[in-house]
Amino acid sequence: MKKEILKLRGVKVHFPVQAGVFNRVVGHVLAVDGVDLDIFRGEVLGLAGESGCGKTTLGKAILRLVEPTDGEVKYISQDDDETELTSLEKKDMDPFRKKLQIVFQDPHSSLNPSFTIFGSLQDPLKKFGIKSKEERRKIIGDLLEAVNMRREYMDRYPHEFSGGQRQRIGIVRALCLEPELIVCDEAVSALDVSIQAQVLKLLMQLKKEKNLTYLFITHDLSVTEYLCDRIAVMYLGRIVELCASEDLYNNTLHPYSEALISAIPVADLDKQTKRIVLEGDVPSPVNPPKGCPFHPRCPKATDICKTEVPTLKKYSTNGNEHYASCHLIDLPEIS
Amino acid sequence: MAKSSLDKKFDQIRKREEEKTFSTKKRSRIVNKFLNNRLAVLGLIIFTIIILASIFAPLLSPYDPMRVDLRSMRQPPSFDHWFGTDSTGRDVFTRVLFGGRVSIFIGLGSAILSAVVGIAVGCYAGYKGGWIDVIALRISEIFMSFPQIILVLLLVSITGQSLFNLMAIFILTGWGGMYRLARARMLSLREEEYVQALRSFGLSTFTICYKHMLPNALSPIMVNITLSTAMFILTEAGLSFLGLGVPLNIPTWGNILNVAQDILILQNYWWMWGPVGIVISVFVLCVNFIGDGLRDSTDPSQQG
Ligand SMILES: Nc1ncnc2c1ncn2[C@@H]1O[C@H](COP(=O)(O)OP(=O)(O)OP(=O)(O)O)[C@@H](O)[C@H]1O
Ligand code: SF4
Ligand SMILES: [Mg+2]
Repeated sequence: MKKEILKLRGVKVHFPVQAGVFNRVVGHVLAVDGVDLDIFRGEVLGLAGESGCGKTTLGKAILRLVEPTDGEVKYISQDDDETELTSLEKKDMDPFRKKLQIVFQDPHSSLNPSFTIFGSLQDPLKKFGIKSKEERRKIIGDLLEAVNMRREYMDRYPHEFSGGQRQRIGIVRALCLEPELIVCDEAVSALDVSIQAQVLKLLMQLKKEKNLTYLFITHDLSVTEYLCDRIAVMYLGRIVELCASEDLYNNTLHPYSEALISAIPVADLDKQTKRIVLEGDVPSPVNPPKGCPFHPRCPKATDICKTEVPTLKKYSTNGNEHYASCHLIDLPEIS
Repeated sequence: MAKSSLDKKFDQIRKREEEKTFSTKKRSRIVNKFLNNRLAVLGLIIFTIIILASIFAPLLSPYDPMRVDLRSMRQPPSFDHWFGTDSTGRDVFTRVLFGGRVSIFIGLGSAILSAVVGIAVGCYAGYKGGWIDVIALRISEIFMSFPQIILVLLLVSITGQSLFNLMAIFILTGWGGMYRLARARMLSLREEEYVQALRSFGLSTFTICYKHMLPNALSPIMVNITLSTAMFILTEAGLSFLGLGVPLNIPTWGNILNVAQDILILQNYWWMWGPVGIVISVFVLCVNFIGDGLRDSTDPSQQG
């Protein structure tokens, strides 16, 4: 039986847009605009979508690195205790900060240039009750070895490391308090392809060893297929399709996902499908289009798309749950 | 055959690279860069000499800077009195040495204290943002837009002339610049991912902004401290020359210069104001050289 670790309900993050001399609020960036999502223990959930669609913001909202404007983020512990995180006081978050961690995208800004690796990693350990220095050094040393680096590297400064090494140190940081869920925000996008593969392999190996759950954020659907159990596709702050990863590729329901998948370069010439070229840019999240947010670019759009917002409905493909939000799906909806 | 020797070479290069990249510390790179700047090093040397001379003034000069000696009034420079004597027979060289103590103390002290205030406020407000930041910004604007000279006149008329009043005024008008510098750095630093990571552990605001972020904001502030020191010394000299600065009985570079108000002295007794004027200029110039050197050596965009 699959158990949830996180339940998101109607999560919204709206950033105010200020303008003018008096910093008047003239509008809101609807970076995340009503996301419902369950993340199950032990799974790898991919979160895909074009740049600017709100993936990072959603990931940060889960950790409360940005405060959600609205909605609920529920954490379910191993003993089935449910806690709503967004309404907690700052200090009551601490026990959950331990469980939820994040690995960042940019290896160049992810480490503090003024501190050694040990110097910047020891404060969190201290805060969470590891009082003796020896013990802290041991924890960090062990984790460095777990990511195939030498223990002694903990006394070096970030500028002495390559991008791939820095990214692995970022993983060490996320792991140091033994979390349950890690948000990997494009954790490999900035690396060379060969190093990407190395780091991905390492991530998967660590997942197995430490029973982790990953929310794997990416804009590159070609990576996700092999890594993720399920994939959520985001467009303009909403989830438009959510399903098992093989179903996303074989039984695509949403026209936007279709377009994303067709854009993946295929090595096998026979399998080459016709590439669907999306017209126009991503509309601004400040003024998202009326009706289906995707309609100005959707090749299948009809009149109803311009006026009515499609909701995320549940279907079944291949025996799996399959959620999508589009008016033109002719599968029976299941409840 | 050829391949294995090539491999060996690569191994050697790699080894050398590792040794090199892993042994140089970031600090030493900045020091090296600074030492390569001739003017900055020259500045640092003269700066050190002047400071040491002021500190050890009693060892360098047999005279008392305050003692009036009516038998040797207005004597030109000689072997006994290197910079001559003033209208009451005090040894000018001794007075310049002792004056340096006060002037440098005022300049450096005001610069450091205004930096401390500016950093303390700027780091917190810049990192936190929100209403704290808005209020701090407005307050700093008020202080910075207030003309220094009027503030001096005001305070002098209320509390009278004193060394500490002058420093208080310098700090009041000076912290705003430091605050803005610190705030601007924090605004850009707080988006860095390592800061986000620290927040994801729920570390306290104080630990994050003063311990982890501040070291990365320090180098432009250090440059500003040196430049402010120079500015404060000049302002002190200017105000004391006008008789508004430090009380005249305390020797400072500005107070020594004060005698040049008298046209008779300005025309006939050049040694009473010339040497001290040169010392002020040289010192300020040196501090500026040091500041420029620091700026160049810590500027990451110029790091080779
Ligand atoms: N702090 C902020 N203030 C205002 N707007 C923001 C802020 N952070 C993000 N945004 C806006 O929210 C939207 C979503 O940003 P987000 O970084 O979540 O996108 P993303 O999907 O992660 O994109 P990428 O693939 O480029 O990382 C963007 O339009 C962005 O400009
Ligand atoms: S609802 Fe209409 S516009 Fe939106 S994805 Fe479906 S077909 Fe396209
Ligand atoms: Mg992102």
